[in-house]
Amino acid sequence: MSIFTRFLGRLGASLIVLIGVSMLIFFIARIIPGDPARIALGPRATEAQVEQMRETLNLNEPIIVQYSLFVGDLMRGDLGISLYSNRPVMTDLVEYLPATLELVLLAGLMMVMLGLPLGAISARHCGQWPDNLVRVISLLAVSAPAFVWAVGLVLVFAYFTPLFPITGRISDTLDVERLTGFMLIDTLAAGRFDAFASALHHLILPAFALALSGIGQAARLTRSNMIATYEQPAIEMAQAYGFSEARIARRYAFKPSLIPSLTIIGLDFAALLGNAFLVEVIFAWPGLSRYGVGVILQKDLNAIVGTVLIISATFLVTNLIVDFLVSILNPRIRYSESSR
Amino acid sequence: MSDPLTLDIKDLRLSFQNWSGTTEILHGIDLKVAPGERVALVGESGSGKSVTSRIVLGTMQDVRTARVSGQVLFEGTDLSARTSADRRALRGRDISMIFQDPTSALNPVFRIGELFQEVLKRRDLKVTKAEARERAAKILNEVSIDDTDRVLNSYSFQLSGGMNQRVMIAMALINEPRLLLADEPGTALDVTVQAQTLALMRDLVDQQGTSVLFISHNLGVVREFADRIYVIYRGRIVEHGATKALFDAPRHPYTCALLSAIPRLTGGGVPDIEERSPDFDAPFIDHAELR
Ligand SMILES: Nc1ncnc2c1ncn2[C@@H]1O[C@H](COP(=O)(O)OP(=O)(O)OP(=O)(O)O)[C@@H](O)[C@H]1O
Ligand SMILES: [Mg+2]
Repeated sequence: MSIFTRFLGRLGASLIVLIGVSMLIFFIARIIPGDPARIALGPRATEAQVEQMRETLNLNEPIIVQYSLFVGDLMRGDLGISLYSNRPVMTDLVEYLPATLELVLLAGLMMVMLGLPLGAISARHCGQWPDNLVRVISLLAVSAPAFVWAVGLVLVFAYFTPLFPITGRISDTLDVERLTGFMLIDTLAAGRFDAFASALHHLILPAFALALSGIGQAARLTRSNMIATYEQPAIEMAQAYGFSEARIARRYAFKPSLIPSLTIIGLDFAALLGNAFLVEVIFAWPGLSRYGVGVILQKDLNAIVGTVLIISATFLVTNLIVDFLVSILNPRIRYSESSR
Repeated sequence: MSDPLTLDIKDLRLSFQNWSGTTEILHGIDLKVAPGERVALVGESGSGKSVTSRIVLGTMQDVRTARVSGQVLFEGTDLSARTSADRRALRGRDISMIFQDPTSALNPVFRIGELFQEVLKRRDLKVTKAEARERAAKILNEVSIDDTDRVLNSYSFQLSGGMNQRVMIAMALINEPRLLLADEPGTALDVTVQAQTLALMRDLVDQQGTSVLFISHNLGVVREFADRIYVIYRGRIVEHGATKALFDAPRHPYTCALLSAIPRLTGGGVPDIEERSPDFDAPFIDHAELR
């Protein structure tokens, strides 16, 4: 079985999961109490107006019929109208998702770029002061949730020492045309480096707050994996052949330790989408998480279903990517079927 | 003396420090290996064989809790007096090692061909991939591997234990080291495969004139292989002599116990040595003068 067929298999499985999620969320959204048509129109609407609304939303049809109508629309990229914003749900998602993805992607990058090296340093100097330092910091990092870090970081680095802006995605005085919704990309596309710097400046603190416990987790995991790898005969052999310690750490101990670390980081990364909510609130970040909670409180059926679907899809895509990276790193997976 | 011994260990002591103080593991070992000679160090589990080889390799000196004293002369210069980096420079080039379990010692995330290239780089930093493959293929032929392309493109977990052992032997000898340390080579393999690969190893070291320090807990295995044998018991050499002399007339009670414990062809694994007896602490017996 080649990497490619394995990938196709995973892709198929992900699609099945996505269909399952769509059914689940569709039915749950319709089971929870409260009449969405009534909530959408407000207490002063007449019974006839509410009935009219129920008709347009197909709420009077049997639930199976409702679901097949929903799937038909979904195929055309139509998720219905949001009762909360009065716009197509798709439009809302396209507006809010990039802000969250930008935040989450940078946080994920920080987890990898800071967590893995910290863990590796810790393992190489096991029992010495760099190790102790990293262990204390990473234990601290994992011991509090992201929003606590968000509040703390805002207080220290934005309020007491104003190094970073407190809210928003970019300075109010700057105006950049929206292309992709990813601020870093849009500013670069416009050739506006001042705006790019401002966007990055705004992004760092919330992304770091979001990433911190993941960084700690990644560092701890990489450390213990690497220490375990160091005890294996393959490392002893590398030492017996006189390879330099730095080379052994990098090529022989780090690479095998990456495999389990990456798997966990992938899961952590997907969880960031959920954790992003409180961070987005604290930093007044106009992202999907805030939108998602808004629509849940409003019992905005179409928007709830749309938000959950897009988050699940992101989660599944992340897992696919991680799975792919792990199978590249780990020849044992790559050849598990072909060699036997 | 124009031709110094490849290895000359004098009064080697090793102790480990722990929270309760220090524990001495080696109590003054003397051992010599002449150029081109094959010497065996035999003793039961825990007697201090592997730590001795780690000291010769120079890695034990870097363990923070270890205290090494005495002299370890490699071709006339004292390893203990050298820096850690100097000792490392010898490894993989002048001193090389073969491990007990080839399959786990060969790194599972690199292809055999890549591992060979890494090892060749220890001698020649600029060796190209093509040169490395060519040289690896040549030495693999010498250990009776014909489908070298397949082997070089494989990962260790795709090859059999016996195949990995040959790869390991080839890898250990490709840089033509002057001393080969073999710590229970192939004990993880079955008896016949172990015998085959040992024969291949003997041919290759003969051809290259490599000195070998062969470590084993099994006197039967070393009989065919070694010119001379040292018997180690609890961190002391208790008997030493040419292989024939030692097998013909073992004198130390511990050696006799080891000899009577040699597993028959069908048996394998670690021999059962009879209960620890006070006789085993009898004084050192030397059969013959060296050379
Ligand atoms: N790093 C270490 N710290 C403390 N004690 C050690 C260390 N390495 C080895 N020892 C001790 O040194 C003694 C000798 O160990 P060694 O590995 O040399 O035995 P061996 O003769 O190779 O046995 P085996 O046949 O089981 O491999 C053992 O009692 C072991 O517990
Ligand atoms: Mg041992």
